[in-house]
Amino acid sequence: MVYEPVIGLEIHVELSTRSKMFCGCQVQFGGEPNVRTCPVCLAHPGALPVMNRQAIRYLTRIALSLDCEISAKSIFHRKNYFYPDLPKGYQISQYDQPYAVEGHVNVGVHGKMHKIGIERVHQEEDTAKNIHAGESGRIAGSLYSLIDFNRSGTPLVEIVTKPEITSPQVARAFLNKLKNTLQYLDVSDCNMEEGSLRCDANISVRRVGETELGVKTELKNMNSFKYIEKGLTQEISRQIDLLESGEKVVQQTVHFDVTSGEISSLRSKEFAHDYRYFPEPDLVPLIVSDEFVEEVRAEMPELPETRALRYMDTLGLPEYDAEVLTASRELADYYEACLEHFKDAKTVSNWVMGELLGYLNATGQELSACKVAPESLAALLTLVTSGKVSANVGKDVFAEMCDTGKSPEEIIDEKGLTQISDESELEALIDTAISGNPSQVEQYRAGKEQVIGFFVGQVMKATQGRANPKLVNELLKKKLTG
Amino acid sequence: MVSHEDVKYVAKLARLKVGPDELDRFARQLSGILEHIDKISELDLSGVEPTSHVIGLANVFREDEPRPSVEREEALANGPEVERGAFRVPPILEA
Repeated sequence: MVYEPVIGLEIHVELSTRSKMFCGCQVQFGGEPNVRTCPVCLAHPGALPVMNRQAIRYLTRIALSLDCEISAKSIFHRKNYFYPDLPKGYQISQYDQPYAVEGHVNVGVHGKMHKIGIERVHQEEDTAKNIHAGESGRIAGSLYSLIDFNRSGTPLVEIVTKPEITSPQVARAFLNKLKNTLQYLDVSDCNMEEGSLRCDANISVRRVGETELGVKTELKNMNSFKYIEKGLTQEISRQIDLLESGEKVVQQTVHFDVTSGEISSLRSKEFAHDYRYFPEPDLVPLIVSDEFVEEVRAEMPELPETRALRYMDTLGLPEYDAEVLTASRELADYYEACLEHFKDAKTVSNWVMGELLGYLNATGQELSACKVAPESLAALLTLVTSGKVSANVGKDVFAEMCDTGKSPEEIIDEKGLTQISDESELEALIDTAISGNPSQVEQYRAGKEQVIGFFVGQVMKATQGRANPKLVNELLKKKLTG
Repeated sequence: MVSHEDVKYVAKLARLKVGPDELDRFARQLSGILEHIDKISELDLSGVEPTSHVIGLANVFREDEPRPSVEREEALANGPEVERGAFRVPPILEA
């Protein structure tokens, strides 16, 4: 039997506002527990929530970037359930009148475009953070939990896709694109380790040709896209095995163990999915005018596709370069900062894609941790173009800059890497090479011109690669024929 | 008519303890409330927008400016159990 997976994703994004969604406590990661709380986010009786205007602007940016229809009127609901990280006994969220609906994202995977529908985008608040005490540090088997309310009330946007994702690979590509877009929008730092971007996946399988959806399970709180892809793949094969052996898939939340690669079920103490939603009486409706939406649209930053087109049209970069450079906002910003100090767009692109990305990939370092500022790379490129160092030596200098954070001039001076363009110095070296290798000289003079490479190599060896290759070539030709 | 099962279910969701001798009384009272609310359906409400809020206000915002939080000792003062600057609660999932 041939099965096909059906995947829907639910993404939670913490907004990078300065203050919380409904109170003035600061939004910040880490630090001492319970130092950023107040009567509102601790749920003291009588405390009134008030909407953060900036959060709604960010929410609007997200909705626009996903091509959603923004609801003229939306309201907040109380989602009632008991959990220690939820002090009010309910989460302020949106229910049947969400902020935005019906969007989509186009994702390319192996040259094929997938259009993924967005069901809804809504505003809610984040919960507190639980620290599970016990040997494993995990929720299962912990002896007790400690609650830190610093995160409680952080603006949280929920993005729900339609169940239209057809493989774990497409899911991962969608998430990468979404994360990149959110970073471009400057609405969240999207740091998965710190939990500012989280993803749950609903997954079911059905026989190919079937139109009804199968019974789904939910894969929760995965903190890397790679593991989401792996977990989904694992869960799909588990479900297919069950169906093949005549068993049924049980609707439940499952956990993917990254170390063992196994799927296990998470059984919650209270598992009543009856949230008894009702309109939040403490918050008035949100009515959005066309003017507001247009105002936000006007302040939207340039998104990756537009930026890539600009790189092709006005900078003349090939499509491949434009896509690689815009794959993250951070990289594109780096590229442009470098371009401010060194004007040759393609040369900068070559170095950023080749040397910079090469170094980051090889060392597993993040761009944000890179010791080479864009201005320093530009300075190095100026030195290479002016002939102060050769391109090959320049690459070594760049690696050294990445390792030590020193300026290119410093490294070149320290290591004596300045390119030798002094004719008399080079001539002396060439003379030695020629007199020491009479048989190669004969070959050259007999018409085997490629032997010149041998002589260039000799001079480079003698100078540790510092000889100006163009000049060496010229001088060699003159001497060998002369 | 609200059944005993309904009462037990609602009580469980709300974390309320309801004794067997109270089931009859609550079932009767809850039914009464529902019947009363049900009177609304006797009216012709086509063309009336559902009311979620009765005060005619919308879009009450605050600017995104951090304000001082309360002192941690004050925040933790209401916690029955406190440990390492955090509220301590019983295990969340069954082992």
